[in-house]
Amino acid sequence: MILVSGDVERHIRAEGEKWYPDECCGFLLGQIDESGRRRVEDILPVPNAGQAEERHHRFRIEPDDFMRAERQARLRGLDVIGFYHSHPDHPATPSEYDREQALPFYSYVILSVRRGASAEISSWELSGDRALFNHEELECAAQHRARKRRY
Amino acid sequence: MAVTILIPTALRAFTDRKAEVEVEGGTAGEAIAAFAGAYPDIRNHLYDDGGNLRSFINIYVGEKNVKNASGLETPVPDGETVMIVPAIAGGKAPAPDCGARSNDKGRRP
Ligand SMILES: [Zn+2]
Repeated sequence: MILVSGDVERHIRAEGEKWYPDECCGFLLGQIDESGRRRVEDILPVPNAGQAEERHHRFRIEPDDFMRAERQARLRGLDVIGFYHSHPDHPATPSEYDREQALPFYSYVILSVRRGASAEISSWELSGDRALFNHEELECAAQHRARKRRY
Repeated sequence: MAVTILIPTALRAFTDRKAEVEVEGGTAGEAIAAFAGAYPDIRNHLYDDGGNLRSFINIYVGEKNVKNASGLETPVPDGETVMIVPAIAGGKAPAPDCGARSNDKGRRP
């Protein structure tokens, strides 16, 4: 389960719309409690480092940006608990490429942006054997509602 | 010389949840090797079968990527931090065909 505040959700949606028709990307900074529940406290948007002609369907995060995000998170008593990216005019489900590139443990939040307007948002976690990208329940705190998706 | 390894969240399952670990080493390569020696389960995540560091793993000494310095020979001053940073990518497009792009990502753990 991953908990996202209303502010964080709005921020992710704004980033997705701002960079449409390109994919946006960034870090999820937050905490994980003893029961494994994840809470996103803030996001850290970074430029999509993919090639200009690829950015509409790919994202890449520069290692330098990851290094800075780790440092910033540690200074604030938070951890990098995952990443977000957008799927312009595409469902918020991970692609095969997403799965191949993913790392276990991290939460991968995906936002669908349709014709420039943010749509559904979901979160995914790679299985330990890398075979499956499992859906992770994403709760948006301010709205007092849980968004659930099935395969 | 004592250096501090900063461990990304995803690898803390192998370090008893520790976010940083102190090891001995005069170069980035020595420090990472000492770290992998202390936590053998992490070895496979950092090195390929040939014993080379996996290509999607970046090592930082302070705020410098060793790829832009002397690689694993990059000296680490006493008390400096060494950070393990994975490369992150994805996107809605399906995976490219073989040969369409150079594939130097290597196999992920
Ligand atoms: Zn994607």
